[in-house]
Amino acid sequence: MSARKISLTVNGQAVEAEVEARVNLADFVRQAIGLTGTHVGCEHGVCGACTIIVDGRPARACLMLAVQADGAEVETVESLGTPEALSELQQAFRDRHALQCGFCTPGMLMTIEALLRVEASPTREQVRDVLSGNLCRCTGYQAIVDAALDAAKARRGTR
Amino acid sequence: MKAPPFAYHDPRSRDDLIGLLAELENAKLLAGGQSLVPMLNFRVVAPDHLIDINRIPDLAGIRLSADDVVLGAMTRQCDLQASADLAASAPIIREALAHVGHFQTRSRGTIGGSCCHLDPAAELPALCALFDAEFDVAGPNGARVVKVGDWFKGYLESALEEREYLQSIRLRRWPAGHGYGFSEYARRRGDFAIAGAGALLEFAKDARIRRAAIVVFGVEPAPVRLAEAEQMLVGQTFSETLLAEAAAQASALDAMADVHVSAAYRRRLAGVVTRRALTEAVRLAREAV
Ligand SMILES: Cc1cc2nc3c(=O)[nH]c(=O)nc-3n(C[C@@H](O)[C@H](O)[C@H](O)COP(=O)(O)OP(=O)(O)OC[C@H]3O[C@@H](n4cnc5c(N)ncnc54)[C@H](O)[C@@H]3O)c2cc1C
Ligand code: FES
Ligand code: FES
Repeated sequence: MSARKISLTVNGQAVEAEVEARVNLADFVRQAIGLTGTHVGCEHGVCGACTIIVDGRPARACLMLAVQADGAEVETVESLGTPEALSELQQAFRDRHALQCGFCTPGMLMTIEALLRVEASPTREQVRDVLSGNLCRCTGYQAIVDAALDAAKARRGTR
Repeated sequence: MKAPPFAYHDPRSRDDLIGLLAELENAKLLAGGQSLVPMLNFRVVAPDHLIDINRIPDLAGIRLSADDVVLGAMTRQCDLQASADLAASAPIIREALAHVGHFQTRSRGTIGGSCCHLDPAAELPALCALFDAEFDVAGPNGARVVKVGDWFKGYLESALEEREYLQSIRLRRWPAGHGYGFSEYARRRGDFAIAGAGALLEFAKDARIRRAAIVVFGVEPAPVRLAEAEQMLVGQTFSETLLAEAAAQASALDAMADVHVSAAYRRRLAGVVTRRALTEAVRLAREAV
């Protein structure tokens, strides 16, 4: 079918690829680029597991076509930190036991990352509001909200 | 599931778009993709061509004049939410947007997409009804303006012809200091509402209601203005009796039923949200005096 050449940056690295129009951005980053941190749950925009940041804004990767990301700056969960050097947000998730199976975690992290960039001191209510777009079947959410608030505090202290 | 195959087009100008609309058969426009891509992934739609309008530069934007607010079809929901001009001139819009999907869907979803998709419970088409909107559409056969009363054709159906697209939406401004109230009920934050209502009120100096607009959405297949209730309110001083009568009219709507919600429950909720929206509108209008 109609394949297209696209170029974009993913986590700061330039990427060029040929992609079929119907391939969504979540499948593209997982399969074509091999970044499998972005998870795919529902493929219709409801679960939030695929949340990434596109041009500075949080987005459902399953609801964007890869061809639409031509020229865009894409950030995935892999950009946040490494196992040796976790970001404040990842560290807060670990400290607060904000994950169990971890399936929802990449989307949770990217949503909260996007929030903290525009709102350095969110209220508990604001965190709960943005997390309404991410489903977790394990934790019961409270620890995730706690971790987001901890991370906000830690970032205010260091940046 | 995965989207079926289609040919992808991304025109860079309105003229190119019109050219494609004239030429292509079984084509769909792609705006924010927050309703269309789920439908593609579920394969409930299978267009041969997808025309992505995200790269046409002048389809987004918020323009205010003394009488109107003009919103480009491709204006993102998050940009509407962030607009200080809009918050000052029509504050109910920001209130309602907090209920349109989620933080993550509002960064792509557009007002035009919402008004063309026309989910019965969508907040933005309901606001269009409240503000007596006009829809500016264009196609290979030229441009035309559709009044909001003619826009809603039925369940998920707008007045757009097959080869037309929506360019912008014009809302009529209300005077500064008008009262507004918005209320909806959904089981979870960000879900489509089971029922919702919006109200605008303007009081005269003698505390009588000069003008009223009430919309109820999620109850019938398209948003409905409570025209009788509005007429009943005008010229009156506000009272509990009037409030109860307006709510009763909302509860008399021809409510839809689905697997989750019976028509009787929806009717009941319609009354509740109408009462809440009006109560808030009265409070804010009185505060502004
Ligand atoms: C999890 C989730 C929750 C949601 N909750 C809500 C909610 O509570 N309330 C709500 O209102 N919405 C909700 N939505 C839908 C909302 O996010 C969409 O933004 C909106 O319904 C469609 O806008 P869009 O820009 O994404 O359009 P698209 O999905 O791109 O398009 C929708 C339809 O409109 C047509 N179209 C789009 N733009 C034009 C145009 N300019 N001219 C002609 N045709 C056009 C398309 O061809 C398509 O048929 C939700 C979505 C998700 C994924
Ligand atoms: S996989 Fe994208 S929202 Fe569920
Ligand atoms: S940790 Fe398992 S789904 Fe959230």
